[in-house]
Amino acid sequence: MTLPFVVFFVCALLAVLGALTLILAREPIHSALSLILVMVSLAVLYLLLGAEFIAAVQIIVYAGAIMVLFVFVIMLLNAGVEERTDYSQLAKYAGLALGIFLLLALAHWMAHSLIGQQIANGVGASNASVSTRELSAQLFQKYLFPFEATSILILIAILGALVLAKKDE
Amino acid sequence: MSIVPISYYLVLSAILFGLGIIAFVFKRNIITIFMAIELMLNAVNLAFVAFARAHNQLDGLVFVFFVIVVAASEAAVGLAIVITVYQNRQTLNIDRINLLKF
Repeated sequence: MTLPFVVFFVCALLAVLGALTLILAREPIHSALSLILVMVSLAVLYLLLGAEFIAAVQIIVYAGAIMVLFVFVIMLLNAGVEERTDYSQLAKYAGLALGIFLLLALAHWMAHSLIGQQIANGVGASNASVSTRELSAQLFQKYLFPFEATSILILIAILGALVLAKKDE
Repeated sequence: MSIVPISYYLVLSAILFGLGIIAFVFKRNIITIFMAIELMLNAVNLAFVAFARAHNQLDGLVFVFFVIVVAASEAAVGLAIVITVYQNRQTLNIDRINLLKF
């Protein structure tokens, strides 16, 4: 076991544990904190994959901004223990069956399709990290129009949030 | 220094996505359901980064960037909707928010 494998398995274990805690926790604040654990361990995995800029953005935007927003809303609405209503027994069994089916289907795809076999052989995996300079060149040349469109999207999202959250007169 | 195969990342991504779906269907709190959506988006992002590494192309990383931007605006608008629903109904349980249900 070399160092990258150890780092990968520790972070993968933390991510899966965090996701399980998100499901099992009754208090929404516990779910939010375990989701932050998932996001931080995914950021470490991005570093392991050599995507430094994405790792930084993951920490700053996801674990920082978005999750603070979630925690803030949980505190604001004083969300307590989730109440268990048993209106929809169907949803429970359908959800479990759907999740297991998805896992099996993906595992089958990985094992049998051509691209899955290429992936399993680790085709083209290199260790060099992607420089932020190359990434920004892509972002501001090839993807300039979508990048500008996201600024309009964020502006509309801010306006929408303001309109929705303001008090009615 | 050996490298972790891409397939390991994809398996982890699939597990996280499946757990996200299970959380989405199991949880009754509307905020926790939003968090399940964020978990699924994170799983997809991991797959994007892993494939970008496998094919040595930067496009996957740019897509992750856009996914994060859209997730941020979705969280802002969605949580504003949650606040509005709570002001009108005084509950966060989706089983009790059933006005539109036939």
